[in-house]
Amino acid sequence: MIEVQNLTHRYGDRVALSNVSFEVKQGEIFGLLGPNGGGKSTLFRILSTMMVPTEGRAIIAGHDVVRDPAAVRGRVGVVFQTQSLDKALTVEENLRAQGHLHGLSGDDLRERMDRAMERLGLADRRNDLVETLSGGLRRRVEIAKALLHRPQVLLMDEASTGLDPSARRDLTRHVESLRENEGVTILLTSHLLEEADRCDRLVLLHQGRIVAHGTPRDLRARIGGDVVVLETADAKALAAGIEQRFGLHASAMDGHVRVEIQNGHRFIAEVVEAFPGTVDSVGLHKPTLEDVFVHETGASIE
Amino acid sequence: MSSFVLPAATLWQRELVRFWRQKSRVLGVVASPLVFWLLIGYGSNDLARFYSGALVLTVMFSAIFSTISIIEDRREGFLLSMLVSPAPRTSMVLGKILGSATLAWIQGLIFLAFAPLAGVRIGVLELIPVAAAIFLISFTLTGLGFVIAWRMESTAGFHAIMNLLLVPMWMVSGSLFPMATAHGVIRAIMWANPLTYSITLLNGTLGLPNANPGPLVSTAVTAAFGLLLLLASGLMAAQKATRSAA
Repeated sequence: MIEVQNLTHRYGDRVALSNVSFEVKQGEIFGLLGPNGGGKSTLFRILSTMMVPTEGRAIIAGHDVVRDPAAVRGRVGVVFQTQSLDKALTVEENLRAQGHLHGLSGDDLRERMDRAMERLGLADRRNDLVETLSGGLRRRVEIAKALLHRPQVLLMDEASTGLDPSARRDLTRHVESLRENEGVTILLTSHLLEEADRCDRLVLLHQGRIVAHGTPRDLRARIGGDVVVLETADAKALAAGIEQRFGLHASAMDGHVRVEIQNGHRFIAEVVEAFPGTVDSVGLHKPTLEDVFVHETGASIE
Repeated sequence: MSSFVLPAATLWQRELVRFWRQKSRVLGVVASPLVFWLLIGYGSNDLARFYSGALVLTVMFSAIFSTISIIEDRREGFLLSMLVSPAPRTSMVLGKILGSATLAWIQGLIFLAFAPLAGVRIGVLELIPVAAAIFLISFTLTGLGFVIAWRMESTAGFHAIMNLLLVPMWMVSGSLFPMATAHGVIRAIMWANPLTYSITLLNGTLGLPNANPGPLVSTAVTAAFGLLLLLASGLMAAQKATRSAA
């Protein structure tokens, strides 16, 4: 449904995207995960036809985003990170204006609006001015608006930014039901691990490059066993000590040392004994996407 | 056809609805030209001479007010969704400019209510050419605002252009002194200034002095300038971006 081939984008001398390729299948929820400045927003702008890439191409629902943006725009719904609603208008007025932009009108538009508001639980707010709505509700209006023309693909840029946890859960529920009930393909960008974990597949973006690509489960499986995190006063010294003593790779990051290892619980006992008094606290967890990111890039997502 | 007209109509309507919900905007736009006019007019004992200039200033403020919102609106507002909709950019430009021009026109008409103070009596029949002239000027100034705002990344930049270009342009348009008595260089600038012809057009339709070079030339220059700006707006908006304003 989405094909991205060798996309490269430069802002002057700065390379924002470097030879990025991936494919999204119909009905998938696909994530672009990475830190801010990693290239997600640039990729999003190109896919949503807001910007023309320096090199490479992207095809959505069979149409090239550069050569035939109008065809892409008719088949894609876009939910922006920033607001794209008119605050001085009501929910219904915003939706109607959006419908008009897509050439919809009359009974057909009215039905679609009713349905979209129904789906996103906005029916009782239809006559409220957008400026009086909470952040979570506004986000839902944005989605309702993006769905009005029945797009095959929904692009969402950091859609949960600024939402409280309950509004975020609510949003996830709506997104998943969209895929279930309408078969919409969803591509979302995020810097939140929990959100990325719910995707079918994802790519990790770092400094404009794809550093990993796969299902959340496969990505986590790249790290065998457990992740042990040790807090200490001098992380570099402890990491060096561990590498020397145990022959393991240990990475030092502000105030703590990370080690990827099988049977982490045994290692904890050994390491604490080997360096008495240096370890302030110990943590053990199964690998997360953050660990995968650190594993691949040596940098943290947040 | 409906895919062109409908988006333009919805944008036009949006401007009017927003305006209606923020009626206090009228005060902001009409009040300061009115105060300028009354101070300069009573001060120099010649309200009539400065009337057209003050009316054009009202229209200009309204046009600036409407088009400056484009800058914010395309970063985090309704314009964003327009940019990713299949509606033609030309239809979007037309809707936005017509909508904003209508607001400027309404505010110009409100200013017209003070015409009797300048000794201008307007009959019902004369109202038609006057209203048409005000609309033409509104359309042109809104087009000018659009061309300036479209590429701007911040409203501060627009304010700078307003102070360095738009306000001086208004000052040397015949709003404060007539071309006939102006110094050589200034006179040449006035001759080349499209706004000069907006003032003479208004003076002509209102029966005020300083209406040279006559209604035909004044209308033609104003309309040509307006169409040129509309064309420029359309071309700018249709251009593909390689970097985002956001």
